[in-house]
Amino acid sequence: MKKATRQAYGEALEKLGHKNSNVVVLDADLSGSTKTSIFKKSFPERFFNMGIAEANMVDTAAGLSQVGKIPFASTFSMFGAGRAFEQVRQSMAYQMANVKLVTTHGGISVGEDGGSHQSIEDIAIMRAIPNMTVIVPADATETEKVINVIAEYVGPVYVRCSRMDTDVLFDENYHFEIGKGNLLKDGDDITIIANGLMVEEALKAQQILSEKNISVAVINMACVKPIDKELVITYAKKTGAIITAEEHNYVGGLYGAVSEVVSKHYPVRMDYVAMEDQFGKSGKPEDLMRYFNLTADAIVKKAEALYSSKK
Amino acid sequence: MEDRVKRLTELANELRVDILAMLVKSQSGHPGGSLSVIDVMTALYFEIAKIRKGDPNWVDRDRVVLSKGHVTPALFSVFAKLGFIEKKELMTFRQINSRLQGHPDKKCPGVEVATGSLGHGLSMANGMAIGLKMDGKPNRVFAILGDGEIQEGQVWEAAMAAAHYKLDNLIAVVDHNRLQIDGWVESVMTVSPVDEKFRAFGWEVLTIDGHDMNQILEAFEYALTIKNRPTVIVAHTVKGKGVSFMENQAKFHGTAPKMDEFKKALEEWNITNFDFSIFE
Repeated sequence: MKKATRQAYGEALEKLGHKNSNVVVLDADLSGSTKTSIFKKSFPERFFNMGIAEANMVDTAAGLSQVGKIPFASTFSMFGAGRAFEQVRQSMAYQMANVKLVTTHGGISVGEDGGSHQSIEDIAIMRAIPNMTVIVPADATETEKVINVIAEYVGPVYVRCSRMDTDVLFDENYHFEIGKGNLLKDGDDITIIANGLMVEEALKAQQILSEKNISVAVINMACVKPIDKELVITYAKKTGAIITAEEHNYVGGLYGAVSEVVSKHYPVRMDYVAMEDQFGKSGKPEDLMRYFNLTADAIVKKAEALYSSKK
Repeated sequence: MEDRVKRLTELANELRVDILAMLVKSQSGHPGGSLSVIDVMTALYFEIAKIRKGDPNWVDRDRVVLSKGHVTPALFSVFAKLGFIEKKELMTFRQINSRLQGHPDKKCPGVEVATGSLGHGLSMANGMAIGLKMDGKPNRVFAILGDGEIQEGQVWEAAMAAAHYKLDNLIAVVDHNRLQIDGWVESVMTVSPVDEKFRAFGWEVLTIDGHDMNQILEAFEYALTIKNRPTVIVAHTVKGKGVSFMENQAKFHGTAPKMDEFKKALEEWNITNFDFSIFE
């Protein structure tokens, strides 16, 4: 079964609306794309279209949080983290406002819209801000869990969802917790730490590598910040080599977050599968993922190289 | 003169002394805009807004957002008078470990939202106004902006949204003192006509002398009666108001007065009994 994480977001938000009357939703003229339109349909009196004005939207959400509302503000990742960066910093993070900035169309899998709309730096930007929690769910199941968890958590959160339909990887028993990674496969030779759409690729890579007698651990690190230090250190010690995989620039994202832990606590060999400090471009999402080497095969190649250098 | 006009005028002048005293002690901060806006803020906090002395978190309070956040000396002098903080705490302004940060920070009781980076306050005030309306609360939200601040594009995003959502529980004030850090507002970047701009965005617009307490009170009270649209009060003021050598001087936007300048101001105000031991 395939479902985009943005679709799961919209559906989870609508369900949440039934459970919690303080939840309000803001969008910047993209409610059809971000799927907040599903919430709007059920709760028009709690939905606010702010027009094409993301800065004002984020600050308005911050204001709503000051009078007891739980605002979810949505737009594309590029505009939420990019256009409204300073509003996120000053009005969400600096004053610990209870605002959830849930963006969609993260990364290059936006596809045909091209590089102008493909955020490859949003995780780095959001992660650099104190007080922020930053989450990149891997599939529809995890997205629903994330939305429910962050609604209960009091504080500023950035979530990045994707546009493209992807496989549902987890069942209802999957558990998401802020600050915790999830070990999906255990192994001894190498660890792949991935998030977002790259989790599926990491799992495929693990299969291929196991056939080549390389024992691979796979961790889903949806919560990039705060990062699960213990899990990273445990697997640095256990496997002695780590590859990160993310649909983001290699600067400042998951690779950066994992490197920060590893370099300080238990240095091991590392490599990454990520964007090579370049912008995206137009094309079909699947073609772009291949073009920019964000695939299971790319992970396998890097893993093999890392494994042989380890010996 | 009406009793309350006299009382509030005197109170504002008393707060002017506290503002300068804080700045003399900290040797850092923004006197010009604090002195231009203090008459409006005195009327607002001590007469117009539903604010309860000594109870900054009163659930039924009106909300005041100081969008021109650099005038913390004005804000904190008001808070001390309201008993939100102790008066002696004013002497910790801008020092390490103080709750009185350079720009409003929620560490200080009475600060509704963190501001200081210009252009954010009106948007946050909109959010509060929408939320209060949703809950059927009768409370008002007041936002105080600078005239240089309205050069920020976000102010106009917010102005558009406030009118769109018919936020008649929102009252904004533009402290139109005509000066910003680099000089005269009109030479740095033209903002006039301020009134026509807001009117074009769908706001009720009132223009007053922002140092005439009678006009200030009348404007606020009229604004409280407006339905279906937000109101802005364009308050024409003088930067550095009340101290002859600070008035209309861009230099005193962000330069604290020295002790000799403070003493000169006290002389101008005929204050002979100032207790200098607070500086120790």
